[in-house]
Amino acid sequence: MIRLEKRPQPSRFFAYVTPLLAVLATFLFGGLLFAALGKDPVQSIMTIFWEPLFGEFAFYYRPQLLIKGAPLVLIAIGLSLGFKAGIWNIGAEGQYIMGALFGAGMGLAFYPTESVLIFPAMVLAGAFGGWAWAMIPALLKVKFGTNEILVSLMLVYVAEQFLASMSLGLLKNPEGFGFPGSRNLQQYASAHNAEIIAGSGMHWGVVAALIAVIFAYVLLARHRLGFAVRVTGEAPRAARFSGVNPSRLLLFCLGTSGMLAGLAGLFEVSGPAGQVSIDFNVGYGFTAIIVAFLGRLHPIGIVLAGLLMALTYIGGDIAQSQLGLPAAAIQVFQGMLLFFLLALDLFTNYRLQFGRTEAA
Amino acid sequence: MKIKTLLASAAVALGLAAGAYADGHEKTKVGFVFVGPIGDGGWTYEHNKGRLAVEEALGDAVETVYVENVAEGPDSERVMTQMALDGADLIFTTSFGYMDPTINIAAKFPDVKFEHATGYKRSDNVSTYSARFYEGRAIQGHIAGKMTKSNIIGYIASYPIPEVIRGINAAYIHAAKVNPDVEFKIIWAYTWFDPAKEADAARALIEQGADVVLQHTDSTAPQAAAQEAGNVVTFGQASDMGQYAPFPRVSSIIDDWAPYYIARTQAVIDGTWESTDTWDGIGAGMVAIGEISDAVPADVKEEALAMKAAIADGSYHPFTGPLKKQDGSDWLADGEVADDGTLAGMNFYVEGLTGEIPQ
Repeated sequence: MIRLEKRPQPSRFFAYVTPLLAVLATFLFGGLLFAALGKDPVQSIMTIFWEPLFGEFAFYYRPQLLIKGAPLVLIAIGLSLGFKAGIWNIGAEGQYIMGALFGAGMGLAFYPTESVLIFPAMVLAGAFGGWAWAMIPALLKVKFGTNEILVSLMLVYVAEQFLASMSLGLLKNPEGFGFPGSRNLQQYASAHNAEIIAGSGMHWGVVAALIAVIFAYVLLARHRLGFAVRVTGEAPRAARFSGVNPSRLLLFCLGTSGMLAGLAGLFEVSGPAGQVSIDFNVGYGFTAIIVAFLGRLHPIGIVLAGLLMALTYIGGDIAQSQLGLPAAAIQVFQGMLLFFLLALDLFTNYRLQFGRTEAA
Repeated sequence: MKIKTLLASAAVALGLAAGAYADGHEKTKVGFVFVGPIGDGGWTYEHNKGRLAVEEALGDAVETVYVENVAEGPDSERVMTQMALDGADLIFTTSFGYMDPTINIAAKFPDVKFEHATGYKRSDNVSTYSARFYEGRAIQGHIAGKMTKSNIIGYIASYPIPEVIRGINAAYIHAAKVNPDVEFKIIWAYTWFDPAKEADAARALIEQGADVVLQHTDSTAPQAAAQEAGNVVTFGQASDMGQYAPFPRVSSIIDDWAPYYIARTQAVIDGTWESTDTWDGIGAGMVAIGEISDAVPADVKEEALAMKAAIADGSYHPFTGPLKKQDGSDWLADGEVADDGTLAGMNFYVEGLTGEIPQ
């Protein structure tokens, strides 16, 4: 008879080891999946994980890891603060869109003036857009006790309608022959979030992500606010006794995560994506939730998790093209990663007990 | 730029190394970038059929690769770059949103040919191609006008862009011609492919009395909704959607990219490829009309086929005057035919349509 027994204390060992085990289990079962599809499993997994990092064209793919990973890390860092305190912002995708719209709108309002002040103004507008969008669920929760999970999620769909409306109306490129989409910011020097060193993948969004990681690390490890975040998540009642104001903490966590998601949107729209278009958002806000948990809500872990997710996307596309693997198989493979992580997490708090059940 | 030369020389080196035969000639590698899954049953499904047709027609001379579900923006740039690095000679990018990415990547790989569907930006190594779907819409409008009993025709539109507006106008003109009492109810779904939204839109239209539902979205969900309702006529979009024939689906507009893809690949093999702008319709076989089922009365079917023949041989243009714009102003004089420029950027309704184009 095998049964689960709650550990007296969560196992530190398993907390660190489960991500690795999850990756290994994903390799194993993903390999079986690929084999079932008639592909060489070793070659498939090598193509996904090895090719972008050390393959023939790694000089191109490595910078792409930064481009794909930066928005994930930036958003996930913000989300992790809230998640640690039990505040669930599921609507980062909407805040990402609003940041991009505010930022791009700010830049396009100045078109075609050239000035070094335009890009900083766009950054501020992007941060504001994301922050303001996150303030809606935050204030509704503080004032009326609404559920921030539902409100923030539903606001994603509202933001998507705004995005479509802006692409077809206010921000539409007047020289675009009536087609949807804004002017391309890559062709507007003052508003272009260009690579700082050409070909390195290093744009301002990557820099912002690194700053956010350091900021979050210091906040959680050293600052009183970080203590408030942690203690609220672990023991809400104790937090209240130690003087934490739950409303203020909620406003801080949702505001920060909204702001960082807004920044991610701004850096994306002004750099790699280049324009506001109907299909601008590609799910970074949702994938970042996976990244946050995969990284154990720890700043350094999130960086690693963000790069790992980016790797599976880039490698997944290579595997599609080179090996003819269907996109759905790659998505299942990515899903396995989260599934195994959550499943194995059980062992952090529980252990397997072999033998007879003792009488109660 | 250093990275550009690096990318280009790597591509050349690989192009020479990969797939070369003993006698020196090499397989032509053709890449396809798809915006949806190849199993969507509509837009991407038909592009993928075109890809398979290239493989079948040209056999050993070609090798094709594809990536599906590629988001517009930086992901599409990466996929195109990856294909070019892997030695592709010709890359088809099959969604409007790939326009700027295609131009960007084409500039970095001057020796690779690019073909962008439904866009308007070209360069020395970027061609554009699209189909005159509105020709099919005209035939659809004719059948719809004859088939409706409630005189209410529902229309599931995707986005208010010229392509979609052109389709609405073409369908309305020909429906109103055979049935002056006809009324169009239009729902903007703001998606190309979202079965849940499309089904909701179809149900809403049916509740409002529509007994014919036209769709400019790619899933079969509206067909299923019509089947459920039982007495509603539909048309397949982008693909035949023949699994819903003979009723509710009574006909369809099919995108047939195969002849174009084969011809362009052959041009690359022969070294005769040039940057062009192609806008073909029923005549050239890029737009096909799916079989008109027996649910349509024989005389209506005959008229529809006659119109198809007239459009194909060029004797009839779906936008022939006299036509007025929605606001009552004159657009085309008697016998005048719309020019391609106006059609390409069409942003107005014709007279008789109600409601406004959302902005």
